[in-house]
Amino acid sequence: MSGVLSSSIGRKVAMAASAFFLMFFLLQHFVINITSIFSPETFNELSHFMGTNPAVQFVLQPVLIFGVVFHFVMGFILEARNKKASVKYVKNNGAANSTWVSRNMIYSGLVILAFIVLHFIDFWIPEMKYKYIDFLPESPNRYYEELVHKFHSPIRTGAYVASFAFLALHLLHGFKSAFQSSGMSAKRAAKLETVSKIYAIGIPVGFIVIALFHHFNQH
Amino acid sequence: MALDSKVPQGPIAEKWTNYKNHINLVNPANKRNIDIIVVGTGLAGGSAAATLAELGYNVKAFAYQDSPRRAHSIAAQGGINAAKNYQGDGDSTYRLFYDTVKGGDYRAREANVYRLAEVSANIIDQCVAQGVPFARDYGGLLDNRSFGGVLVSRTFYAKGQTGQQLLLGAYSAMNRQIGRGKIQMYNRHEMMDVVLVDGKARGIITRNLVTGEIERHSAHAVVIASGGYGNVFFLSTNAMGSNVSAAWKIHKKGAYFANPCYTQIHPTCIPVSGDHQSKLTLMSESLRNDGRIWVPAKLEDAQAIREGKKKPTDLSEEERDYYLERRYPAFGNLVPRDVASRAAKERCDAGFGVNATGEAVYLDFAAAIERYGKEQALVKGLNTEDAALVDKLGKEIVKAKYGNLFQMYDKIVDEDPYNTPMMIYPAVHYTMGGVWVDYNLMTTIPGCYCIGEANFSDHGANRLGASALMQGLADGYFVLPYTIGDYLSDDIRTGKISTDTPEFDQAEKEVKEKLDFFVNNKGSKSVDHFHKRLGKIMWNKVGMARNEQGLKEAMAEIKELREEFWKDVKVPGAADTYNEELAKAGRVADFLELGELFAKDALVREESCGGHFREESAETEGPQKGEAKRDDENFAFVSAWEYKGEPADAVLHKEQLEFNDIELKTRSYK
Amino acid sequence: MNMNLKLKIWRQNGANDEGKMVDYSISDVSPDMSFLEMLDVLNEQIISEGGEPVAFDHDCREGICGMCSLYINGEAHGPDRGITTCQLHMRKFKDGDTIYIEPFRAKAFPVIKDLVVDRSSFDRIQHAGGFISVNTSGNTQDANAIPISKHAADEAMDAATCIGCGACVATCKNSSAMLFVGAKVSQYALLPQGQVEAADRVKNMVAQMDLEGFGNCTNTGACEVECPKGISLDNIARMNREFLKANI
Repeated sequence: MSGVLSSSIGRKVAMAASAFFLMFFLLQHFVINITSIFSPETFNELSHFMGTNPAVQFVLQPVLIFGVVFHFVMGFILEARNKKASVKYVKNNGAANSTWVSRNMIYSGLVILAFIVLHFIDFWIPEMKYKYIDFLPESPNRYYEELVHKFHSPIRTGAYVASFAFLALHLLHGFKSAFQSSGMSAKRAAKLETVSKIYAIGIPVGFIVIALFHHFNQH
Repeated sequence: MALDSKVPQGPIAEKWTNYKNHINLVNPANKRNIDIIVVGTGLAGGSAAATLAELGYNVKAFAYQDSPRRAHSIAAQGGINAAKNYQGDGDSTYRLFYDTVKGGDYRAREANVYRLAEVSANIIDQCVAQGVPFARDYGGLLDNRSFGGVLVSRTFYAKGQTGQQLLLGAYSAMNRQIGRGKIQMYNRHEMMDVVLVDGKARGIITRNLVTGEIERHSAHAVVIASGGYGNVFFLSTNAMGSNVSAAWKIHKKGAYFANPCYTQIHPTCIPVSGDHQSKLTLMSESLRNDGRIWVPAKLEDAQAIREGKKKPTDLSEEERDYYLERRYPAFGNLVPRDVASRAAKERCDAGFGVNATGEAVYLDFAAAIERYGKEQALVKGLNTEDAALVDKLGKEIVKAKYGNLFQMYDKIVDEDPYNTPMMIYPAVHYTMGGVWVDYNLMTTIPGCYCIGEANFSDHGANRLGASALMQGLADGYFVLPYTIGDYLSDDIRTGKISTDTPEFDQAEKEVKEKLDFFVNNKGSKSVDHFHKRLGKIMWNKVGMARNEQGLKEAMAEIKELREEFWKDVKVPGAADTYNEELAKAGRVADFLELGELFAKDALVREESCGGHFREESAETEGPQKGEAKRDDENFAFVSAWEYKGEPADAVLHKEQLEFNDIELKTRSYK
Repeated sequence: MNMNLKLKIWRQNGANDEGKMVDYSISDVSPDMSFLEMLDVLNEQIISEGGEPVAFDHDCREGICGMCSLYINGEAHGPDRGITTCQLHMRKFKDGDTIYIEPFRAKAFPVIKDLVVDRSSFDRIQHAGGFISVNTSGNTQDANAIPISKHAADEAMDAATCIGCGACVATCKNSSAMLFVGAKVSQYALLPQGQVEAADRVKNMVAQMDLEGFGNCTNTGACEVECPKGISLDNIARMNREFLKANI
């Protein structure tokens, strides 16, 4: 298998596999978060489960972190190799044959990376500190309050909104691209076109709605 | 030297099999000690190189393009003939043989043509095994179409890109051998001369077109597969780089050149648009199945159209002259290529041409669109009187059949052929003449072979559609690999041929001198300037219709032009680097010699046959009045020319053609 | 109706030269000329002025040999669709236009001179497996022995129409050759004759492609748009599939 991963197609498929995983994670993250708008109780319940269930904490969480790191590192490796393979034109009209998003995944990806760093600082590190360093007692109803608190600052909220916009751009190409890379036929890919748009726009817009909702509903 | 065609004895149907059974073979262990050079990697050269390498010989293959896949065989559109009789319409080896000899106006060697027909079926098996995606019917079996001048459907095709697919098949077979190290491929290399040692072909001198380096390559045999010489006309459907040089170099070293005047002018090409024109584009012959060819019946209408005052669609049926249907009621628009071409020229010469240059006729699909439209309306139970509906349905059918050709026309001419008739005019397309070879495909130089369009052998004075691909592959896959073994069986003890000999020294010196001459010549005119002038002379005086006076003038003019060329040609750049102008200069120098021999050959042949039409030799009375008149009594021979310095001094050798299995008849398409 | 144009052309004297854009002007260009005929006229002009003509690859001039290349105004084979450079006509341009003409660019396509590039990497990929290992002896079974569905034959034909010009690589921001390799892999993968060696073929061809230094496909789809023969992106997906199948 290591031979496969060093081949161009192997890398592509690995990139797609990590993307599928991340897209699935994003979907479940969204499903949990959207409950915060309708029912703080449900949100707390789900968050508590995710935050304390050992399978999630000690199996899924490391896998997720690996997936995130892998996707970024592989993205950078591919970008570097592709840069090495190509020579710049004096005049190039990329817009004539491809979308801006497809040509600039590295930039939308970098914005998302910056966002993830922020997100880790905001939620994940305090969470880890709370649970595994300070060993504070479990409090099943704290999650909703923490969430609302984070969206107090207009700057942070703005940063979230902007990041999700870039996430949408990244997904607009990435969703379809992952299927193409893993060898899906054009006929099926065409059927997936609508699903792709719904996912790529719907999920980030949903996250934006969550952020704005809590920002404007501070109590 | 008397010409010996080496045709084996015995009944025609058994000649090839008997012959194969009795020739000498080279054992596998000895084959690895034998080198073969193949110049040109189109259908003939590519298939030969692959097969020879597979047999175990060491092959060195040369192409002037950057890859064998670019050879001009790739441009053949229509298809490849084979006597498979898959359609059950009465086809057979004999019938394909008969059609080819008749189509060639009885100027081909019977035994060669029969062998071609015999191996044709195998070509299809071979190509399918290689993964050539021929068109298939819904049952999954191979589909066939019919082609001009024959009565059966025996043409296999891959959309409008049959040549491409067959060439890629041969190229893939080559790739396999290159991958195994059995073929050494030299791309972007041009053969500059052949080297003879003790009278045998033992190597070539090449120029690396990227570095300008002159190289020596030795071998036990040399195979020339460099294609036809249609570019002597400057404007033709050949590729820009197609040239006669390899064939001409061996001619100058002793290989006889046969029937140079047999040239095929294809009737359906896109007309010349102006002086800037660099090449002509063919529109597949299949268009004549549905298109009707016409010019205005009245001179004043033709003039009005040329001046843009009238449009073709303004003319009523009565104001049009469907001249092919008028002259040849039996075959109509489907007469063979040579007949259709001459008829177009006749109308345009009489002043009925329809574009600004006066050299174009219409190919009209309006009738086909209406016919198909009505048919479709009827099938679908719709109103056949609704003109708009019929037009729409008809166009859909025409699009399905010829969509890519219509699009190509639209891109080049910027007119929509669905709504206005196409303009077409004949253009030089294929050369039946070429290096003289015997039954073994060997030239008059021992050890030097010539295959594919570069030789003269199988098409006589006119080639049928879809037969060029057949001949190229037959020569390369199935004929040469046998016959060359017979010759090489004497060479198993020869050992490696050294390139460090006086013969190689001399050949290389001559090549270098000529290159140095070009780059140092302080001329004032570009190579293309001379090539274009040569083309004009050829087209006007040695083109579709030829006469004694014109041919004599052409010979004198070409000689004069050649002298001017050597004095005044300007080649920028250096010899030891990439220099396209220098490469062109060498090729045009050879065309300037060939052109004169071409005219001389046409002058000597005082009859009309196939692609060669002498105005003096036409029927003067009866139903065939004005048609070509063949003279079997005096001209049933192959003209093989021996080089003696100036082309005008070339010596004619005649190979008498004997017809034992076919009766000579007048070709009539009335 | 004739046009005057400004040309900015990449001139590079050999592989080791740095190369630069050089300005030319050309007048009286007929809209009926093909793009390459316009360059012919320019070269005649340069020769008569004592200069060295611009080197560019071309041969059949009817869109099938795949020899012509050129990156014109930022696009492989210029602004028109479904054609090669030799089929591009000057009527696509306007009087007074400035036209940028560059060679096809990729690390795996080094420049030989001016606009001429070395695409032998494509040949080497084919040597690695672009064939069916059948002898050319003619002792094969009858062509109709294995029926092949019309659908599969047509699809294989669509993949096989690739002319190997390299526009896909030239236009790809990653200089990836996957459309080219995908088309070849697909042609054989779709036909029963190609099945026997399918796994080795895709592995060997992909390995050679990587060795040649082509980049990685990121599915921008630019190749499919610029391909003169309309080779579908689906061929890349099929190659990916074949590759996975071969490795699992």
